[in-house]
Amino acid sequence: MAAPLTLLLIVAVTIRAVLFRSSLAELISARVEVVSPLNAWKRVVEGLALLDLGVSPYSGDVFHETPLMIYLFHFTVDYAEIVFIVSAYFFRKQKYALESDRYSADCLELLRSPKEMFYIPLKVAMFYLLNPFTILSCVAKSTCGLNNAIIALFIFCTLKGSALLSGILLALATYQSIYPLTLFAPALLFFLQRLYIPVNLRRSSFWFFTLQYAFMYVGSLVVITGLSFFLLGSWDFIPSVYGFIFSVPDLTPNIGLFWYFFAEMFEHFRLFFSCVFQFNVFFYTIPLSIKLKEHPVFLIFMQIAIISIFKSYPTVGDVALYMAFLPAWSHLYRFLRNIFLVSCVLLACSALFPVLWHLWIYAGSANSNFYYAITLLFNFGQVKVFTTTWLTNCEWKNRWRNKVSLFINLY
Amino acid sequence: FRLSSLIGHISTCPSLIGQCCQRHPGSVDEFQEELVIRPLHSGDIYASFQFRTLWDTDFLQEGQKVSHYRLFPKSLGQVLSKFSVRELHISFTQGFWRTMQWGQPFIPSPPGAELWVWFHDTVSDVDGNWKELTNVLSGIFCASLNFIDLTNTVQPSASFKPLGLGNATDHRFLRYATLPREIVCTENLTPWKKLLPCGSKAGLAVLLKSEKLFHSSFHSQAVHIRPVCQDEQCTSKAWELRQTLNVVFDLYTAGQGKKAFRSSIYLNCGKTGELFELSPATPLLSQAVVLGDRRTYSVFDLTRAETFGQLRSLNLLLRWKGDGGEMLRPLLHAERYVAGFGLQTGEIHTVIYNNHPYRAFPVLLMDSVPWYLQLYIHTLTVTSKSRDNKPSYIHYQPAKDRHRPHLLEMLIQLPPHSMTEVTVQFERALLKWTEYTPDPNHGFYVGSSVVSALVPSMVAMSTNFTQDQPLFSSFVPVKEESSYFVRVYTEPLLVNLPTPDFSMPYNVICLTCTVVAVGYGSFYNLLTRTFQVDEPSLPLAKRLANLIRRIRGVPLLT
Repeated sequence: MAAPLTLLLIVAVTIRAVLFRSSLAELISARVEVVSPLNAWKRVVEGLALLDLGVSPYSGDVFHETPLMIYLFHFTVDYAEIVFIVSAYFFRKQKYALESDRYSADCLELLRSPKEMFYIPLKVAMFYLLNPFTILSCVAKSTCGLNNAIIALFIFCTLKGSALLSGILLALATYQSIYPLTLFAPALLFFLQRLYIPVNLRRSSFWFFTLQYAFMYVGSLVVITGLSFFLLGSWDFIPSVYGFIFSVPDLTPNIGLFWYFFAEMFEHFRLFFSCVFQFNVFFYTIPLSIKLKEHPVFLIFMQIAIISIFKSYPTVGDVALYMAFLPAWSHLYRFLRNIFLVSCVLLACSALFPVLWHLWIYAGSANSNFYYAITLLFNFGQVKVFTTTWLTNCEWKNRWRNKVSLFINLY
Repeated sequence: FRLSSLIGHISTCPSLIGQCCQRHPGSVDEFQEELVIRPLHSGDIYASFQFRTLWDTDFLQEGQKVSHYRLFPKSLGQVLSKFSVRELHISFTQGFWRTMQWGQPFIPSPPGAELWVWFHDTVSDVDGNWKELTNVLSGIFCASLNFIDLTNTVQPSASFKPLGLGNATDHRFLRYATLPREIVCTENLTPWKKLLPCGSKAGLAVLLKSEKLFHSSFHSQAVHIRPVCQDEQCTSKAWELRQTLNVVFDLYTAGQGKKAFRSSIYLNCGKTGELFELSPATPLLSQAVVLGDRRTYSVFDLTRAETFGQLRSLNLLLRWKGDGGEMLRPLLHAERYVAGFGLQTGEIHTVIYNNHPYRAFPVLLMDSVPWYLQLYIHTLTVTSKSRDNKPSYIHYQPAKDRHRPHLLEMLIQLPPHSMTEVTVQFERALLKWTEYTPDPNHGFYVGSSVVSALVPSMVAMSTNFTQDQPLFSSFVPVKEESSYFVRVYTEPLLVNLPTPDFSMPYNVICLTCTVVAVGYGSFYNLLTRTFQVDEPSLPLAKRLANLIRRIRGVPLLT
């Protein structure tokens, strides 16, 4: 297992290194599909330049990273490329480890052949490292890669069973962008399952553990926020980072649904629609947690997918994150409906994004509607991908459950 | 080539109007007017009118309520006292001053409208005062100055020091705004003329005929109000109101004036007889040094009767003697343009020329860029003679979306006889559909950059303060002999932004909500769906068999 993984790592690092040194790096750093106002490298450099000039990076509207990120890059700005490759590597390690660890605990997976399962971690690693979306995101030095690494570490620690580390990492992920807050519920459910505590609102053991985990999470979040305050000496970063994420003032086109909607909407309804869109990301947590409480890993996948599609400034790096999970459910491939159609839609949209952008912005022969249409189609395809996965998962589970119970009945 | 002059007659001024221009007993209000005509080497004529009213009131003192207005216009006086304004400078310009062809203007101004104001230290809410002041001035001058708001107002820290008395260093009381899109027309000239003590009925203001003034290459009218000393020892202060009108004509006109206190026409003739012939020749010649340039001026003093001759009119005739003569090359000159292609990014290039053969001097460059062009200050480069030239002072205030524009001020040392290029990259933002102007594909204007400098002078300047100094040389106070103050404005920029489709608000809302609804619908379906194994339906024979088996109590067939 180590040999193929090492080979894979070498190939991935080589591809990234080659692209870093070529002239494509500049081009990719400027693409709106790959970078957003929240995680563009150009803005990180701008924030550092403002800090050098003696002006607070949050006094303007260019910089929207968290203070810890400034200080991380303050020291490593010359080695930024290495930082990003290393984070991709860590992500890989976590993914690999989590896959190899998971299946011993999940009883349903007993029904798959051991040989298949053996290769799943490698497939997950391949899906992530060699995914063109990830490569583009890494070469563009978008801080999305770092956020993905933190989320992967969090999943790894959760699966390993370490509640404290998991809480800390989740707090860090939430601090970077607010949306991983929804991953609290699946992590909690996983720990409860692992510790054999039934999810019963009347049981005190449930509440005891919940409060413990919540305390660790909220505590780390408070500590990290306080640390940011002391680093920069003001609370300016809160409206600049979190206020920016929630109120969506910057309408730079990206692959998400928000930008054109907010550009064309009536001012009177601005607050209403901002609230609706943000609420849309968070409110699926509770029904999904209730429905999928026995399958917290699948729940994590669903939450990450929802965040990637409905967040305010999505990029292809976020898409790559949940796509990397798909090989974990390779047993469903046979049953996925419309998978050919959906994958064609996604491929075609990915190819059309740069074309229609060029036509709008540079050639002037198309207008913003063309790019918007492809955005719509891409998000529709993404929605179809994970609802199909979910549907097939439900069906498959049900089918096997019935077959198993029948099997048991006959004997 | 020869050009003839245009002759006009004006009847004697009725006694009522004549009185208003006289010295009022008991006060020391003064009015002085002046016209400088300078032929330019490109064949154009530069006419600069200046009207100065001195008002001897010091309402900086508490408790003094001003209610008696003599020569000073009441509308402006009330504005000054209500908003605690210390200095006010407003200009409306149509056209762009071509420095390389026309030399330096006496009073520089950027295209469009420009307003900068120093408030008193006693003002507590400067922004509130500024907003009200712009609206009131908008009414007084019939201009759309109400478009000045916080999104295009800046507080320069070094570029706009007060031109009058006072040693202010706190730039919190300074506000500067410019409207490059503003158009100047006769509607703006009329209220401007009304501010003069005699209106347009007497004095040089009679020459201000709208049809002629607006058929010109460059037209700029301005109002400058500042506190000044009345004498050398500065024992008493007064408010000075200067109204200036600079016009550049392709053809020329001459005119005449009636009574005023001091009313003179200065005609810049260079070396007399070289460029053109002047008739009637005047015995009065004076030399003045303005903008580092010593020139000879023929002076026609209109308050003296002998200027007018028998016909009680003055006709000036200038005959050109053909091309010739060297124009003094302006020592400081700036240009600006946008580089790049496409609607995503761009670069602003500002080029500053130092034409002095051996002296280097520092210039202060001030740039105010609207918030929708996001500047990236880490891409700022300053190069002189293809080498990096690091500015010694940078004051940068980044923009806040929809609140505040960018402000960039730099002190750059210009090497002698060189060209310095300042470049900075920007990204264009997509705005909300209501924030675009009715003609969005015209583009958005970016106001002119301001380059201010103390240029070393080749000719010694006079720092003496005399009452007899011509107006055009006393606008900017000269503090030292070896240099003079110059302000150069660059071109305004026109930048295109990406536009959304303005016909689509409902469509966009519907389509986006459809995709969100597809997601929501699928979720709802999967959350509430229960799976049941569907028993396949048995054929008829087996069903009958099952019926019998049920009666018998035996296990059923499947």
